[in-house]
Amino acid sequence: MSKKVLMQGNEAVVEGAIAAGMRFYAGYPITPSTEIAEQSSVRLPQVGGTFIQMEDEISSMAAVIGAAVTGAKAMTATSGPGFSLKQENIGYACITEIPCVIVDVQRSGPSTGLPTSPSQGDVMQARWGTHGDHPVIAISPASVSECYFLAIRCFNLSEKYRTPVILLMDEIVGHLREGVEIPDHLDIEVVDRRLHTDKGHMPYEADEKGVPGWHLCGIGRYNITGLSHDVSGFPTNSNEVTDKLVRRLMGKIQNNADDIIEVQEEYLDDAETVVLCYGGTTRAAMSAVLEARAAGYKVGMFRPITVWPFPEKRLKEISSGKKVKRIIVAEHNFGQIVLEAERIVKNDCKIDFIGKVDGTVITPGEILEKIKEAE
Amino acid sequence: MAKMELRLTGSGGQGVILATIILAEAALSGGKNAVQSQSYGPEARGGMCKAEVIVSDEQIWFTKVQKPTFLLALTQDSLEKYSKGLDRDCLVMADSSLDLPESLKGMKVLQVPILETARDVVGKSFTANIVAVAAINSALCLVPFEVLKESVMHRIPKGTEAINLKALEEGAKLVRS
Amino acid sequence: MPSKLIEKYIREDHLPHIWCPGCGHGILMRDVAEAVSELDLDQEKVFLISGIGCSSRAAGYMDFNTLHTTHGRAIAFAEGVKLARPDLNVLVIAGDGDIAAIGGNHLIHAARRNIDITVVVFNNDIYGMTGGQFSPTTPTGDFATTAPYGNIDRPFDIAKLAEASGATYTARGTAYHAQLTIKLIKEGILHRGFSLIECASVCPTYYGRKNKKGGSVELMTWQKDNCVLSEKAAKMTKEELEGKLVIGKLSETDLPEYTDEYKKIIDKARGYHG
Repeated sequence: MSKKVLMQGNEAVVEGAIAAGMRFYAGYPITPSTEIAEQSSVRLPQVGGTFIQMEDEISSMAAVIGAAVTGAKAMTATSGPGFSLKQENIGYACITEIPCVIVDVQRSGPSTGLPTSPSQGDVMQARWGTHGDHPVIAISPASVSECYFLAIRCFNLSEKYRTPVILLMDEIVGHLREGVEIPDHLDIEVVDRRLHTDKGHMPYEADEKGVPGWHLCGIGRYNITGLSHDVSGFPTNSNEVTDKLVRRLMGKIQNNADDIIEVQEEYLDDAETVVLCYGGTTRAAMSAVLEARAAGYKVGMFRPITVWPFPEKRLKEISSGKKVKRIIVAEHNFGQIVLEAERIVKNDCKIDFIGKVDGTVITPGEILEKIKEAE
Repeated sequence: MAKMELRLTGSGGQGVILATIILAEAALSGGKNAVQSQSYGPEARGGMCKAEVIVSDEQIWFTKVQKPTFLLALTQDSLEKYSKGLDRDCLVMADSSLDLPESLKGMKVLQVPILETARDVVGKSFTANIVAVAAINSALCLVPFEVLKESVMHRIPKGTEAINLKALEEGAKLVRS
Repeated sequence: MPSKLIEKYIREDHLPHIWCPGCGHGILMRDVAEAVSELDLDQEKVFLISGIGCSSRAAGYMDFNTLHTTHGRAIAFAEGVKLARPDLNVLVIAGDGDIAAIGGNHLIHAARRNIDITVVVFNNDIYGMTGGQFSPTTPTGDFATTAPYGNIDRPFDIAKLAEASGATYTARGTAYHAQLTIKLIKEGILHRGFSLIECASVCPTYYGRKNKKGGSVELMTWQKDNCVLSEKAAKMTKEELEGKLVIGKLSETDLPEYTDEYKKIIDKARGYHG
């Protein structure tokens, strides 16, 4: 039997993560993500898992990867400044293909900024924060309920594709409390990394999806390195092997984009104006869309739930559709996803932008005003 | 039920955030939809604090209060700041110790001795938020008393049940529903 | 023909190693292998973690579960491994720059927690991999590519730093004193808690050359002539110890170990008593 309970977004992340099998958490306190660490410290030992408060953000990311190497499902959480510090080790997890989940509850920046105020300024950091070409999955929840279910999805995707996955939250949903229908654990789909069962496989030998199987820790004594490596897991200076490795890493996400990408679409059938939003901004956008429709405006909403990889194909279908005349991108930054939209939409239709950087939330009224502008 | 947008304000440490959590949880238990959020500065104690609950039978999209249908103020600062620009039909509950600003002239204002009741009748100032929760519930007819009591018991620290129950009962008496 | 020790513990197909002729690291790596061999540890249960630098390449050469991580972070990765799998023997091999500069914070906090990890420092007093810059252990007055007029920094005593931070076993060996170093590494592995064995390596290519201190033979002869065992050093005056390097076991205490303590947290959280 499921039950509806009042939960904070940050709290729901922890419950979802535990339901997905999280048994290790390492972190460092930072507003507005701290409740995730606090709740993990309470809940993990109750399920036989381990919580550690590390000395800094860098070591938190390192400890998470260390635990994940032994087979544990591991997570850390942070906000902008800490997310910056974790980036080098996130890159390490990308190239070594160690599954783990990083939660970033975005706050106003740059630097210390407005620590308790909402922002979506880390979207491009989530995509390009670590150096070099690397694959990224980032998922952005818009409700407390989604914090729970998308935390599970983050773990499942990280296991399936052996890659770090970012739960890209914002203060709006992180500190929001609302009812969550917690399902029976038996009804939750949990994905575990595919094991290499026979010893004939090389540690980084990939399947047709581009994902290598997992060698259990303590069987076979394999090597893991952040250096460019061949299928055996040992370093190489070969340009050819390196090219193959980077192409496979990028490809395993790009080629499986249809499986990874999730979007929310509302009232697109007759929409002439489409509001493009993600994460906490969705709440204002949906209010505005409903109000505008009630007033007779033909407006719809398109929301990438998976922000990275960006739902490029679907946005192109929408923007190149005959009815759509305008896309309004609303986000809490100076313009990040709007660049992605411009790149994809090109001259299909007009793009308007609502960006807010003062630490307050975009209101339905502000979006509504923009919707009405062109009509 | 019409959508209710509650804004509770005061000073950090008075427990207004917990008060909104309790109200949201009670509303949820009462079969309604509820969202709760807060905004605050760096101060854990002192400093202005604002917490909000939206209660509705419908799905709630935007999470912040836009047009409060109810305002609670426990400090003079918060009363003055948040009483500006209210709709005429917004119900204001101000602690009896506060001076009513000009802007509230002609508005529905309940002056309720929340802080005094907590301090002198219940005997502990820290129960002011629970006194307030009960008074708000009576004023707005949000949920049955038993439902409210359950959420209070769920959210308070162990060992404080008796004093909080007293606060709840005294708070409910302050406003006739 | 490689010895039985090399055959068993070194991944011969990944040799030759990258270390320069005369580097002390090869001897120290062999000491680690010998210590594990003498303790007869199950190789599958040994997890060796390293960071970045010359010494850190040891992880790729040794036949254990090996994790070659990012610069300075080996101990933090190792803590994750140990906490998730307390049954494993977790070893860290790190250089002086890796552990006392960029990774200094992790060293002091892991020592403070007294988590059961054994850290073997290959200290060559220089950044070798990047070509001879001064490190946190380069003696004052010495030369390096970034100290062309002489180093004005004061060097860290890594063993003392670890002890002051809470490590419950600290010791110092050298590339020259192989038998002693093997014994110290063994003691460190057997010790329940955070142990650190600082091993004086030699870097003829950068440190020796830059400071006109000769090649490998001269650098190791210095170790032979100037090291004093800690038992003997305890009876010597400060003046007598001037210019000497104290080797052997430096400190050992018995304090609660971190993963043991966390096990109690799990029991408490799950409501087990007793």
